[in-house]
Amino acid sequence: MTLELSTRDQSMLDSELGPSAAAAMKILVAFSRAIGAHSLLDISGAHIDGCLYHGKAGLDFVERLAEGGGRVKVPTTLNVGSFDLIHPGMVKMPAADEVPARRLMKAHMELGCQATFTCAPYQTRFRPEFGQQIAWGESNAIVFANSVIGARTNRYGDFIDLCCAMTGRAPAWGLHLSENRRGRILFELDVPDPEPSDSLFVGVGLIIGQASGDRIPVIAGLPQPRDEDQLKALGAAAATTGAVALFHAVGITPEAGTLDEAFHGEAPEETVRITRSDIDQALARLSTVPDGSRLAAVSLGTPHFSHEEWMRLLPLLREAAPSRGIPNYVKTGRATLTRLQEEGALAGMEAFGLVPVADTCTYVTSIMERLDGVVMTNSGKWAHYAPGNIGVTVAFADMKDCIRSAAVGHVVRSST
Amino acid sequence: MTQPVEAFERAGIFQLAGGAEGRALVFSQPLSFWGGIDAETGDITDHSHPGLGQNVAGKILVMPSGRGSSSSSSVLAEAIRKGTAPAGILLERPDPILAVGAIVAEFLYGIHMPLVVCEIDGIATGDRIAIGSGEDGRAITRVQTERQPLKSPGCFP
Repeated sequence: MTLELSTRDQSMLDSELGPSAAAAMKILVAFSRAIGAHSLLDISGAHIDGCLYHGKAGLDFVERLAEGGGRVKVPTTLNVGSFDLIHPGMVKMPAADEVPARRLMKAHMELGCQATFTCAPYQTRFRPEFGQQIAWGESNAIVFANSVIGARTNRYGDFIDLCCAMTGRAPAWGLHLSENRRGRILFELDVPDPEPSDSLFVGVGLIIGQASGDRIPVIAGLPQPRDEDQLKALGAAAATTGAVALFHAVGITPEAGTLDEAFHGEAPEETVRITRSDIDQALARLSTVPDGSRLAAVSLGTPHFSHEEWMRLLPLLREAAPSRGIPNYVKTGRATLTRLQEEGALAGMEAFGLVPVADTCTYVTSIMERLDGVVMTNSGKWAHYAPGNIGVTVAFADMKDCIRSAAVGHVVRSST
Repeated sequence: MTQPVEAFERAGIFQLAGGAEGRALVFSQPLSFWGGIDAETGDITDHSHPGLGQNVAGKILVMPSGRGSSSSSSVLAEAIRKGTAPAGILLERPDPILAVGAIVAEFLYGIHMPLVVCEIDGIATGDRIAIGSGEDGRAITRVQTERQPLKSPGCFP
């Protein structure tokens, strides 16, 4: 099996475009051979999930590219880092860990990456368009770009996303190619007159993630979502319990106008029915405490809160007016935060416990003041990872119940 | 007690070429490096994995496939840097995430950790494995098995 390189690929490999591009191309070529790709293709953008410090190798790699004076060749956004650079002092970390973690974020900026530090790059001005080839890291961003927008990326991450950005190229394989975007497993939502509630989308996401394996799931019978945030929550949950990089929702997502289109005219390999009780059970597994448990904090915005989500949250906060000092951490992209500040939307909200967090997330770094009580969240992804990552106990509920609970000081839920 | 020794060869495909020797550590269940292996020590830390508590350093890790988050690339690269990684990995199905970790570690530190896709049936933990290249660039894995003596002729298949 041979890998065909373009003249420009070859000149990058031969160091004609500098040592950094050569290094990135060398790794990309080795990777393309390892996965059996026959050629590379142009990408129009990249999203790098490389700003969380996992050890010296990750930093050594970025430093090597930065030393060579290299720059990314396509518009490139950055995923969350270990710090909230907008709110200094929010993250507490020993100095020995802080130095390399800060350097990692800065070194990526020196390569010309945009300081977005968000897991929701699709909410920024760098959002790709239908059909565009991109190289994205971060599981929720990948599934959103492929499924909701119809852009094309594989599950990139760790090193390779940056090599694609530094060369403007990606291996022509997997979900970049039309024939590999065909649905393989059908999920039929067997819920009479389903309300498009936030928790329904989370529950469906948890279930398809668990059951799909490496097959592309197609969902039939999903109600029209209120907005794309519900599809964001579905995809994030599916990429949490499984490795879903693309789902089709018939009549909703852009490559699934009909069932036939989603399956490219072929038959599903398997059909799975999802009942109301399946959804209730999947959601119940996210909560390890009963109603009435004492509440330590609320954590919203995993993935990062959109402007629309803020517009739904702020009236709820004003109405419930929580005054018990229970912090309500809301993670959001810095561009969204700037827009809210310009609109004056956040004025006086700290009185209700609101703590906006930018650039990072509460489950990847030490932000939360207290980890000894129950934390409520409306995020399937946060509920899944936070107990393992930071040792908290979680109660999952929709946003309204999270705010009501903050007002009374203990977990109250009108529904799961 | 002497043990009958049996040796065989397996042809395979290199995801990343190189030579390595070591004792096999075989799992029927894929292991995620991220959240599954401590790069400081090479210890397996995944509580849901049958290999919990064993150590991969210097072994030839044999499993059907990789698993889980792309952060496994970083953990593998870091383990290779620290010398706590396997000497080589044999997989039944190619794995892009482990390939990236091995490729980047080779680029940064010049340490080769071959990654081979081949049949893994018949390889048992403790077997002596040697990974090398054939004339056509294919991976040749030599397996030397030390079988337990048969308990009785009756259990011969």
